[in-house]
Amino acid sequence: MKRGQAKATIDLAGLYPGPARAIVNPGLTRDQLLEIHRLLRLNRIVEEKLSALYRQGHITGGLFSSLGQEAISVGTVFAIRPDDLLAPMIRNIGSVLARGVTPRDLFLQYLARRDGPTRGRDGTLHFGNVEKLSLISPISHLGTLIPVMAGAALAVRMRGEDRLALTYIGDGGTSTGDFHEGFNFAAVLRLPFILVVENNGYAYSTPVPRQVAIASFAEKGPAYGVAAESVDGTDVLAVYAATRRAADHARRGAGPTLLECRAFRMRGHAEHDDMHYVPKDLIEAWKDRDPIDRFEAFLVAEGHARREDLEAAAVVLSRGVAAAADEALAAPLPEPHEALGGVLCEPGFEKPWWPA
Amino acid sequence: MIAVSGMSAVTGNREPDRAGLLTMLYTMKLTRALEERIERRLYRQGKIVGGVYVGRGQEAISVGAGMHIRRTGDPARDDVVFPSHRDMAVFLMQGITPRRVLAQYMGRRTGPTRGRDGNMHMGDMACRLVSFISHLGDTIPVAAGCALTFVMKGTDQVCFAFFGDGTTSRADWHTGVNLAAVQRLPVVFICNNNQYAYSTPLSRQMAVARVADRAVGYGIPGDSVDGNDVLAVYDAVGRAVTRARAGGGPTLVEGVTFRMTGHSAHDDAGYVPAATLEEWRGRDPIVRFTAHLETRGLLDRTALADLDTRIEEEIDAAVEGAESDPWPAPEECLEGVWHA
Amino acid sequence: MALTTYVEAIRQGIWEEMERDDRVFLIGEDIGIYGGAFKVTEGMLERFGEMRVIDPPIAESAIVGAAIGAALMGMRPVAEMQFIDFISCAFDQITNFAAKNRYRWGAGVPIVIRGPAGGGVHGGPFHSQNPEMYYVHTPGLKVVAPATAYDAKGLIKAAIRDEDPVLYLEHKYLYRRIKEELPSEDYIVPIGRAAVRREGRDLTMLTYAAMLYPCLEAAEDLRREGHEVEVIDLRSLLPLDKDAILTSAKKTGKTMIVHEDTRTGGIAGEITAILNEEVFEYLDAPVLRVTAPDTPVPYSPPLEKFFLPDKDKILATARQLLAY
Repeated sequence: MKRGQAKATIDLAGLYPGPARAIVNPGLTRDQLLEIHRLLRLNRIVEEKLSALYRQGHITGGLFSSLGQEAISVGTVFAIRPDDLLAPMIRNIGSVLARGVTPRDLFLQYLARRDGPTRGRDGTLHFGNVEKLSLISPISHLGTLIPVMAGAALAVRMRGEDRLALTYIGDGGTSTGDFHEGFNFAAVLRLPFILVVENNGYAYSTPVPRQVAIASFAEKGPAYGVAAESVDGTDVLAVYAATRRAADHARRGAGPTLLECRAFRMRGHAEHDDMHYVPKDLIEAWKDRDPIDRFEAFLVAEGHARREDLEAAAVVLSRGVAAAADEALAAPLPEPHEALGGVLCEPGFEKPWWPA
Repeated sequence: MIAVSGMSAVTGNREPDRAGLLTMLYTMKLTRALEERIERRLYRQGKIVGGVYVGRGQEAISVGAGMHIRRTGDPARDDVVFPSHRDMAVFLMQGITPRRVLAQYMGRRTGPTRGRDGNMHMGDMACRLVSFISHLGDTIPVAAGCALTFVMKGTDQVCFAFFGDGTTSRADWHTGVNLAAVQRLPVVFICNNNQYAYSTPLSRQMAVARVADRAVGYGIPGDSVDGNDVLAVYDAVGRAVTRARAGGGPTLVEGVTFRMTGHSAHDDAGYVPAATLEEWRGRDPIVRFTAHLETRGLLDRTALADLDTRIEEEIDAAVEGAESDPWPAPEECLEGVWHA
Repeated sequence: MALTTYVEAIRQGIWEEMERDDRVFLIGEDIGIYGGAFKVTEGMLERFGEMRVIDPPIAESAIVGAAIGAALMGMRPVAEMQFIDFISCAFDQITNFAAKNRYRWGAGVPIVIRGPAGGGVHGGPFHSQNPEMYYVHTPGLKVVAPATAYDAKGLIKAAIRDEDPVLYLEHKYLYRRIKEELPSEDYIVPIGRAAVRREGRDLTMLTYAAMLYPCLEAAEDLRREGHEVEVIDLRSLLPLDKDAILTSAKKTGKTMIVHEDTRTGGIAGEITAILNEEVFEYLDAPVLRVTAPDTPVPYSPPLEKFFLPDKDKILATARQLLAY
């Protein structure tokens, strides 16, 4: 083989899904299973609504979809406690829904409204509240959350609390310097930290083999001296079970876990991107791995729910989401002069104003 | 702490010829003597204006690796080197004379940076040496970019990138190694694992036992060898260089050694357990290699004494020369921020 | 003759330099198969191949570091930051390695780092920034910010041919909003040279990048009121064209500086100091500035509009100066 960039076209064979394993209930009750289902559906319905709002010109910034990856957001957050520190990345709308953020607040944020979590100062999932929701805001710069969440994990351990910190990084984000510095730091200090590597095949137009020279991100675990696991990110219960193992590991004081969840980004990088660079058959191959279809089939087959009950539940959710979006659309934009204030600590800006 | 088992015989599957072996000994001894002169005499005499960073006890790594650097004088064929601040031997092997090294340390006009920077922060493209800077790991992506040009031009040149154990915690180290791995670039990453980054021991730097364990995360080979055994280093780096020249991509080679001095001349390294230092003193790479050559009959007492004398004379002359070298003119401060 | 947009002018400039000089190559996230987030490098992978159009991992420090290494080997790399906001991830490589290399040991680093800067497109706090002054404060770098398609092409070509590291800030608001006819022959716009966009004797407006346009509109409004405003497009922030600045300031005696960057530490403060030092006796009025306030760039449209300087804000300050 020639040296360097040897191949004129990159080998994408590793991006295709392997055979799906049957979903196995790790011991959750029917109520828990149905709550997971509600969150998965809510995730998708909210994003469908956001997409519609984007097309209607109501959302002026970027919009990043988690279609095909919902099980990762929902399964991970369902497996940790509400007081565990959580930092979503741009596609983890399901994580914040599972944390209890309402669709109305999400719409206010995406629509840049006065009463939204950042009062229109920032968009997307860039918001948080540590005190009330143990939720830390991401920024656009990939990898920056990893040292930050390591520091959060350090703080809770210093205070003798048994909380842990969980955040996400994409396949592309693992290439950043902050990923390495932050995760190595967490490993050396054996911090209670779960790093979910959400491998969705592509970073914008860059496929995984252009990003790393390894077959699975779980291979990075031993390189940092931490536990690592790779699971099917389209199986919400597999994600849940692996996160529980990582959480138990962290609370035992055994240190961080790198948890790779494999799925596929079924839409473009953002709404504007038609992802012409992704082979059609690759998208086709992932279509029968839809995490919600799979989970619903499991629920019905195992007798936890009837198909019509699941549909009825979704209709109720859709109505609620539509009402929340209407409410947000009717809400006022910020006043121009509200661009000022709060760069530093000053009256009115002493602490997060959301949620009230 | 990584324990390297006792005073094992110096090993290596392949080694240079007799002249090469003697060059290795000479270079290790010259490096040691020059650094001792700088750290223990000139610095204490106030003749070195800034910090001093030496690689005492680590000479086998730069020398064992440095023997593989291709030096023909043809820039289209020669390898390019990115030394760390503890790789004095590599500078010497690439042709920076002891006098120029001393002029650099003394801030003279004749040093490679003309007094603009100090200690080991020197580069000279004529010697295929790219300067180290204080920000650890910065040279790693730079080495990758340099290697990228070899791929573009289709040559079999290789980049030698040296760094310490602490550097492997840095962002730029990660981004550079990953880029080299993904693009299969001809770089040999050589870690001087001296087990301390200033006062931070290895166990506080990484949760893996060896730096070479980090290689698996990049999908590249990692090799850990006794860094106080110059022939073991020679052998391991030789394999990595062969792989790189053949298009097999980068390798991470770790030489396990120990920093037999403080972080810099002002640091008494009081935080290093005395017993550990004592233990490593018994593994001195120069003592070991000398004994090895003597056992094989490649060196006798007379030749050794001659070698020591020659080195002392060489350094005396270099010191004398550097001390007589001019200071830069004050107004040179303003020159050369941009291309003229 | 076809009109060329600002974004197309950049693309043409890079393209021509790649045709002219095989040492020129590109490295940046999604610049290959995708053609770049803003399509500046569209078609280049097909034309120049994977060896010269490189999609690296997401690691700005590696992108800039590798560009430095290739430059040391005699290449002419052009590194793209997908949004200029992400240049912060390469801060160390730029300010410590690239900028200080020539001064320290004479090894020049002829690289170009380019990317979309600026607001006005509701990009929010992380896709709208104007980071120029971090780098203007770093000896050893050059920083340019074209405002027209002609300059966009001429400056990218000059940047690629320059012997030193050049930060080339392209204003994303201008990408497809302005166009003009460009010469068919090869040309460059020299770095360090400002352009007089409109001559006048009553007031000098110094500006750069997207702010040129509200300045020109304001100048036109003022003309109708009987004032002749001189509008100077700095084009290059480091080095600054001091001659052009001082000449105009002496001529009009009244100078204002307009920039989209935030106020404290913006180039306006630096220019004001230069005017004080060198032409104080010619000034008939204080030097005033119109800038963004000292906040991050907010996302919501009313907030961003408040943040960005515009014609009305410029007019208010200009009238204040003209009243002296």
